[in-house]
Amino acid sequence: MGLLDKHSVLEKNATLLLIFAFLVVTIGGIVEIAPLFYLENTIEDVEGVRPYTPLELTGRDIYIREGCYVCHSQMIRPMRDEVERYGHYSLAAESQYDHPFQWGSKRTGPDLARVGGRYSDAWQVDHLTNPQSVVPESVMPKYGFLLNRMVDPAHIDERLSTDAMVGVPYTSDMIENAKADFAAQADPNSDYDGLMERYPNATNVRNFDGRPGISEMDALVAYLQVLGTMVDFSTFEPVASR
Amino acid sequence: MSKRPSKHKHEVETTGHQWDGIEEYNNPLPKWWLWTFYACVIWGIGYSIAMPAWPIFKSGATPGIMHSSTRANVQADIDKFAAANKPIQEKLVSVDLDQISSDPELNNYTQNAGAAVFRTWCAQCHGAGAGGNSKLGYPNLLDSAWLWGGTMEDIHFTVTHGIRNETDPDGEARYSQMPAFGTDELLEPAQIDQVVQYVRKISGQDHDEAMATEGETVFMDNCSACHAEDGTGDQMQGAPNLTDAVWLYGGDVDTLTYTVTNARFGVMPNWNERLSEADIRAVAAYVHSLGGGQ
Repeated sequence: MGLLDKHSVLEKNATLLLIFAFLVVTIGGIVEIAPLFYLENTIEDVEGVRPYTPLELTGRDIYIREGCYVCHSQMIRPMRDEVERYGHYSLAAESQYDHPFQWGSKRTGPDLARVGGRYSDAWQVDHLTNPQSVVPESVMPKYGFLLNRMVDPAHIDERLSTDAMVGVPYTSDMIENAKADFAAQADPNSDYDGLMERYPNATNVRNFDGRPGISEMDALVAYLQVLGTMVDFSTFEPVASR
Repeated sequence: MSKRPSKHKHEVETTGHQWDGIEEYNNPLPKWWLWTFYACVIWGIGYSIAMPAWPIFKSGATPGIMHSSTRANVQADIDKFAAANKPIQEKLVSVDLDQISSDPELNNYTQNAGAAVFRTWCAQCHGAGAGGNSKLGYPNLLDSAWLWGGTMEDIHFTVTHGIRNETDPDGEARYSQMPAFGTDELLEPAQIDQVVQYVRKISGQDHDEAMATEGETVFMDNCSACHAEDGTGDQMQGAPNLTDAVWLYGGDVDTLTYTVTNARFGVMPNWNERLSEADIRAVAAYVHSLGGGQ
């Protein structure tokens, strides 16, 4: 009785077949996934990438809640036409603190990986309120209601802790001061030294929607304005082996 | 009686499996399929030798004998086009700004390259046709009314450093700020109404003569330092001319009242970090040629 003939034993025993099928899938999974943990270049070290500030993180949650990812990707592919239009191709490190990442594969609207700083805050508010007022041919829905929805940051420290649990390097200092940092970033007249100390790179402190109070519009625009601005590409040296 | 079933039975062997008297044919795989499968296996082995494939080193996968790299490929692609454009772009960067439009070769290049830059980076605010947005305060670039000047040098500076942004690495963004006369309580509501009527008067629109007369005093005391005594503005400070029919946000009573009460603070990004000097010069020359260039 050859080895192949023993296959008939599996064919006649459902439980045994289940166990062996699981083993085969496990081997396939390990071969594909395990290298990502020991390869040093899975996520290359890039200077400048930091965790999102509490206000940006809130904006990011609104971005996900409203389903922006359904039409907008956040990954500039390494192709000349994309680099010419959107800027430097995206690096894995730039979304290393995204849970989940927003790379996407559908572009009804343009890629947003480097939209930060490309437009003024007023434009972002005008555009979110009524996209057709600035881009007549746009098919984007209106999000003006975000202006009227104030954000209560009651649980923002817990929100940061949750991200810290999955590996985002939020320090206890950042978590303790989350509420203060949240309020400081949307108010240029506040004392935001602590915020700048904790998030020194690429942090914008402005009244993003130009209105009193911190609305969901403030949070979303704060998030959009930081996208793709953390890495200084004038000093970035791409590793050729990738 | 048909002979075909029994004849067929002898042609193909069975798997030997038998359930309740039902047997299973063991038909061979079609030859074309089998050879395609073998060819794919061989091609796969060759591909993994030629291209980056096996993740056996800590530093990365095997590079493959062709040393293919996505990053190197895109860089080579970009370099190829950069090299093709290099002579004309070097010339564009080296000449004086005023000479660009008089050189036929540069003029031809900036009309096309500048338009491409404009449509990619500028059209979202200023409109695809550069007509601006008179409701939201994005300036029209087709007319000859300029906030910060319409010479090649002025436009080039504005595109390079932007307006009222905090991101210009040189810190040279054009900057001015109109006081919020209403929200900061610098003027009484009645005074704002009067100065609005005065602005309506000097811009040649319907107005209340009595209020406008009162408003003239308010204007001279509060507005003339930037907008000039005759209301024609000052391009050094980005103060708009209030006597023409061109409005950034609107010249009706409601809009003017809102503007005086809350002030305006239009921001333009600096493009020196996103565009090359050649691209900035190209788009400046393009905008300069649209009709309003001085």
